[in-house]
Amino acid sequence: MAASLRQVVAGSWRQPQRYLLALQCATHHTRWCLITSRTFYTAEYDPNEKVTFEKLLIANRGEIASDDKTCKKRAIKTVALCTDLSAGAVHVKMADEAVCVGPAPTSKSYLNMDAIMEAIKKTRAQAVHPGYGFLSENKEFARRLASEGVTFIGPDTHAIQAMGDKIESKLLAKNAKVNTIPGFDGVVKDADEAVRIAREIGYPVMIKASAGGGGKGMRIAWNDEETREGFRFSSQEAASSFGDDRLLIEKFIDNPRHIEIQVLADKHDNALWLNERECSIQRRNQKVVEEAPSTFLDPETRRAMGEQAVALAKAVKYSSAGTVEFLVDTKKSFYFLEMNTRLQVEHPITECITGLDLVQEMIRVAKGYPLRHKQADIPINGWAVECRVYAEDPYKSFGLPSIGRLSQYQEPLHVPNVRVDSGIQEGSDISIYYDPMISKLITYGSDRAEALQRMEEALDNYVIRGVTHNIALLREVIIHPRFVQGDVSTKFLPDVYPDGFKGHKLTDLEKRELLAIATSLYMAEQLRSQQFLGSPRISLAKLDLNNWELSIQLGDGTYPVTVSNNGSTFSVEVDGMKLNVTSEWNLASPLLSVTIDGTQRTIQCLSRDAAGNISIQFLGTVYKLRILTKLAAELSKYMPEKAVEDTTSILRSPMPGVVVAVSVKPADLVSEGQEVCVIEAMKMQNSMIAAKTGKATSKNLRGSWQHAGNPSCNL
Amino acid sequence: MSRPRACVLLLSVMAALRLLPRLLPVSRTRLVRSHSAGAPVSVPARIAEKRRAALLGGGQARIDSQHKRGKLTARERILLLLDPDSFVEYDMFVEHRCADFGMESDQNKYPGDSVVTGQGRINGRLAYVFSQVFFCFVSVTCCELTQGYNFIWQLNWSLSGAHAQKICKIMDQAVMVGAPVIGLNDSGGARIQEGVESLAGYADIFLRNVLCSGVVPQISLIMGPCAGGAVYSPALTDFTFMVKDTSYLFITGPDVVKSVTNEDVTQEQLGGAKTHTAVSGVAHRAFENDIDALLNLREFFNYLPLSNRDPAPVRKCHDPSNRLVPELDTVVPMESTKAYDMVDIVHSIVDEREFFEIMPSYARNMIVGFARMNGRTVGILGNQPKVASGCLDINSSVKGARFVRFCDAFNIPLITFVDVPGFLPGTAQEYGGIIRHGAKLLFAFAEATVPKITIITRKAYGGAYDVMSSKHLRGDVNYAWPTAEVAVMGAKGAVQIIFRGKETDAEAEYVNKFANPFPAAVRGFVDDIIEPSTTRIRICRDLEVLASKMQSNPWKKHANIPL
Repeated sequence: MAASLRQVVAGSWRQPQRYLLALQCATHHTRWCLITSRTFYTAEYDPNEKVTFEKLLIANRGEIASDDKTCKKRAIKTVALCTDLSAGAVHVKMADEAVCVGPAPTSKSYLNMDAIMEAIKKTRAQAVHPGYGFLSENKEFARRLASEGVTFIGPDTHAIQAMGDKIESKLLAKNAKVNTIPGFDGVVKDADEAVRIAREIGYPVMIKASAGGGGKGMRIAWNDEETREGFRFSSQEAASSFGDDRLLIEKFIDNPRHIEIQVLADKHDNALWLNERECSIQRRNQKVVEEAPSTFLDPETRRAMGEQAVALAKAVKYSSAGTVEFLVDTKKSFYFLEMNTRLQVEHPITECITGLDLVQEMIRVAKGYPLRHKQADIPINGWAVECRVYAEDPYKSFGLPSIGRLSQYQEPLHVPNVRVDSGIQEGSDISIYYDPMISKLITYGSDRAEALQRMEEALDNYVIRGVTHNIALLREVIIHPRFVQGDVSTKFLPDVYPDGFKGHKLTDLEKRELLAIATSLYMAEQLRSQQFLGSPRISLAKLDLNNWELSIQLGDGTYPVTVSNNGSTFSVEVDGMKLNVTSEWNLASPLLSVTIDGTQRTIQCLSRDAAGNISIQFLGTVYKLRILTKLAAELSKYMPEKAVEDTTSILRSPMPGVVVAVSVKPADLVSEGQEVCVIEAMKMQNSMIAAKTGKATSKNLRGSWQHAGNPSCNL
Repeated sequence: MSRPRACVLLLSVMAALRLLPRLLPVSRTRLVRSHSAGAPVSVPARIAEKRRAALLGGGQARIDSQHKRGKLTARERILLLLDPDSFVEYDMFVEHRCADFGMESDQNKYPGDSVVTGQGRINGRLAYVFSQVFFCFVSVTCCELTQGYNFIWQLNWSLSGAHAQKICKIMDQAVMVGAPVIGLNDSGGARIQEGVESLAGYADIFLRNVLCSGVVPQISLIMGPCAGGAVYSPALTDFTFMVKDTSYLFITGPDVVKSVTNEDVTQEQLGGAKTHTAVSGVAHRAFENDIDALLNLREFFNYLPLSNRDPAPVRKCHDPSNRLVPELDTVVPMESTKAYDMVDIVHSIVDEREFFEIMPSYARNMIVGFARMNGRTVGILGNQPKVASGCLDINSSVKGARFVRFCDAFNIPLITFVDVPGFLPGTAQEYGGIIRHGAKLLFAFAEATVPKITIITRKAYGGAYDVMSSKHLRGDVNYAWPTAEVAVMGAKGAVQIIFRGKETDAEAEYVNKFANPFPAAVRGFVDDIIEPSTTRIRICRDLEVLASKMQSNPWKKHANIPL
């Protein structure tokens, strides 16, 4: 592996001038982050504290690795890790140095301890911040670091080991008088044993990897069959993600909330709880929307949970930042789920409401400084909401990964009290090898309504082009009446969208607004296309701009509209109602702020073509419309219908990924619902099911790489 | 050479040609007209009657049958193409002059004959248009007469002498005032009843197509069958667009093909939009249906200058010319063997990501098309690393060459993005005449006097480097990105040849020496090595500077491009 090590520094770079360029970008980007990202911190740096570390290696990728602004502030030099694929990534540019640890697959790079240890030696980093995921909770890694005399920024090996093992952690929790989930059992050897254990506990049960957190490799089984299937998938995923295929089966609490307590402990037996985070909005057991504090907890429950969390931390002599996850049922009874011995993805919302900089505190604690705060000093100031913006298609089971190049990317940093932690930039590639998270979008307000209002605005102002993203889903969730009332559970998404997410449902007024905006946009473009500069050969007869008759198709409906123009305002008559739409009509801007009869809306025009097709992102959801003149619309009824391909006989990959298993051979008889192959993408294994009964005629080979929509098998 | 003098010469030739029909001894039209007796009708009533008949273009039944085919009528097409109320029709009262095979009877005569001609505006700018009326003048007699002859001609003949005369008239005027000619073709070969007069009609149009070439842009939109001799008019024009599933172009139809070569082929396979846009390269682009095609044609028209005397149009632009494009700093992959999409680069650089690609499905290893930079129309060429590594082959050379010549003829600046590993080797290419065809692209770039800006994004190897609008071919501004490698060939091949496999470290040395932009930059073959993100800014600035560029080639009757 060492042979694949390449140090990506100026001297050995293939094109030196390209590297210089990268550095320039980096300085620019860093400054921007410093200014924009941490506007709501109260934490101050004690000038009397000596420099903690001189050089820190960040053993991670993406936004956490870019989140080293704390280090920048404290003048700690940073070393980033990259792979052959991610060498141009933001976190690499922001860091002072970068070391390549191997090819793109994580098992050969970010999980490759030998390569990382080599990198540490090479760069002489004094400490390692593991971020989250990858090796952040790997005791072996922590042990190896300790033996090299390198500080691991996190708890010591003992705590990682104790909490990293789900079974041991529950025993510890029990002993520390922390409420635990009933029906808890041991390590699973094979599918039969899994079934036996599941029956003992009683369905439903949850199956997941012992070593994993974050919902990866976690499946719920309601019967024996599902238990076997869950066992198979979870063990495979556990092996590929964590290199450890041990599993855990436990009682599944139906309709729970997922609320976690942030703890912070030092090496001097001090521990604090920094309030809770409500992380109930999840899909496939991965968090989507988080907020702090929770609407559900009363001060007593909060204190009870906090005290138990601190008790647990003290029981394992925990130091550094950590998270104790609880399931909370409808009666506010809470059960210990697990403890994450690392920084969480959603840590910024805790930082927002408490004013603490957790990364800074972790570094301080690692260096041995005692905590500066008392429990009574920990406030809840205002409200913070975090949305995880993913490169995935929310219309397919609330989010299947999509890949591509970010051809345009603009974070909504002009919206006040918005923080965006991202590890990507315009031009970045979203590949199949890593988690498809684009960014964490955090908004803060003096109360929940304000934070949510800002989030709405931020989502509308977020420009992401080139990959499919889940903004539509996020925006729907945060404006949903149940969410607004705080009535959530981990089953929120399937409960609210039993038939899958279908995008925003327009009210009559919203539909009229959309039609009016689209009409105005179309007219603005029509008018612009007649504006030639410096050409004397333009007709002097000006176009009559009153009462243009157009016809708009939206979904199954066709709507006649009449439009007149007066300067930057278009008066659009839709369904007998007149709407005045005003904007700058800047056709090059990805964001368009329009005012419709006094209501301000931010829309994004994603595409428009000469044939009148226009895609508009309105209220988070993308709508496809077609605008034609009245004449063209009347004539379009004569246009031939084009035949559409019958897709039921072709099995298409719903997302890009690698075929890891094929269950049928050509000429096999396949029945409807039968698994044909398994595609792995973004660390998830997805079973591909035949849509109808038939004979398999062709298939692509195992191990091959599939684009979304590629036919994998013909029936 | 003075361009005005050439124009005057051309105009006088055209004028003489237009007079020709009038000098012909036969004036059958008038004879026929005077015989169509009956009760005397007042002239205003007759005018109204003729106009009505002309607007119906052959009657409601014909209109309905056209609609049933999924096509629009000639007049509906014109209405969609031109600005509202801008169409001015000519020759509505012209009728065909054929007196044989029953064609002289009144029921076979329609005012305006089988084509609607005139001028109008597209987004306020002048255009001349002819739109053919799909007609079947089928009578039993002629079917018998033409048995065993060309089936397609039998079905769709419609080009009469009068028809051709009408088209010629607007073409002459278009050249005179300097405005593009747009043909909406929906007809089949010659009108057999008219015999040689019909053939003469073709030739009259062909000649004008040739004389107009390079004077005003000529665009053909094929919206129905176009077979036999008729196909050569679109072939002579600058751009040929087609409508998917309803338009065909072929010299001889499937029946003749079957009878001559015993080959079974459908109309669609033989000359459909897919065939001509992807296989033969006859058509430049295809659209879903009549409406899509006409609306796209309006968009396309906005890119073109009205004539060779007009500069490239500058449309109002909202996209700032000083926009940085950070995306470009990472677009070229680290591994020089890895592909990327050149269209991504084009989209991110041009105004509002609008790129009207020409021949998007043909010779896809080369991309060509129109876009705007700070509002001004530019012609974009680029090697496409995603397809066949972006190498130059016969088809891509011809595709590029024709596009370069169009832009040069009509004052449209050229922007060339280079990532070319060389010419495609192999017997197929050599036997096909890659030397001759590759020379076309070289010729076109060398000859062009419009502003030429070149950006080398990655590879510029060997002869292909020279060809792709290099400094040596009078490139005005040539840039290299830091990822550029200007060399005779790739490191591996070069080392194998130089050292015959004896040196192992030589490859690294070669890479260090040549696989970068410095060898070209130190010699001044590239003007600057630029940060990719600044490319848009640089091009916009350069175009402003080069707007007043004056360059001419030595006097010649015409150059002799290796056809």
